[in-house]
Amino acid sequence: MMGLPYDLIVFYLFASILVVAASMVIFVRNPVHAALFLVLSFFASSAIWMLLEAEFLAITLILVYVGAVMVLFLFVVMMLDIDLAVLKEGFVKFLLIGGVIAVSMLGLMISVVGPDKFGADQITPPARHAADYSNTEELGRVLYTDYVYAFEIAAVILLVAIIAAIMLSLRKSRSAKTPNISKQVSVKKEDRLRIVKMDAVTDKGERS
Amino acid sequence: MSLSLSHFLILGAILFTLSVTGIFLNRKNLIIILMCIELMLLSVNMNFLAFSHFAGDIAGQVFVFFILTVAAAEAAIGLAILVVLFRNRGTINVAELDDLKG
Repeated sequence: MMGLPYDLIVFYLFASILVVAASMVIFVRNPVHAALFLVLSFFASSAIWMLLEAEFLAITLILVYVGAVMVLFLFVVMMLDIDLAVLKEGFVKFLLIGGVIAVSMLGLMISVVGPDKFGADQITPPARHAADYSNTEELGRVLYTDYVYAFEIAAVILLVAIIAAIMLSLRKSRSAKTPNISKQVSVKKEDRLRIVKMDAVTDKGERS
Repeated sequence: MSLSLSHFLILGAILFTLSVTGIFLNRKNLIIILMCIELMLLSVNMNFLAFSHFAGDIAGQVFVFFILTVAAAEAAIGLAILVVLFRNRGTINVAELDDLKG
């Protein structure tokens, strides 16, 4: 291993963790274990993104994915009472043809993006940024100037996701004190108001 | 021998292939399919960041930022649909969800 650059060692270490974790996501029987291996693969790819000098996105991946999305996944997996034996049916049957398709697809993609076209000779690796370079600052600068419209749309998409998720999973509670709108709209004057005819009477009790 | 663009692209290709295979093998379990889609998005993000780094253009990172946003929204809505589906049908087996079959 002498002569191997430091960043290459880091890359191979985390890439192997990532590939092993991703294959465990596919092959383990228990969905809870699959979710936990997915967390591990997010951690490994976050380290690789650090290597690509995308520090802000690497930390965002941990915060958003591991902190929010995967916790949501784990909650849902644990809430559902799933029959695992039925869901694993046909796994072995498709293993052979799935493997053939995977290997041929991978071979095809590697022949396109392989070292003879995207290697270090063809595309020279850029110089590392200085220690005082701030990836967050650079990303924020373009995000709030060139891409501000897309940024606003992303905010609206998140709002839509919040409302949709709440509306989908909201269960009507019987004790909830909510107005029945169709009853309110269809109410008539006669239902609420009674006019009583009576003679006017003064204080002294005599009829006017 | 140094770290080149093709290292990252091949890693992304391996990840993408693994997730496609995962959808293929676990075609009955809706939760695993959703996880494989997340893995697929991760591999696409890896490619975006690799090209962004080697081309010296930060637009790739902005794109990954938006993909992360949309993927989070997609996961939230997808899981909400999954919960409603399980509440109504009592199963998440894809083979049994054939109500729209003619």
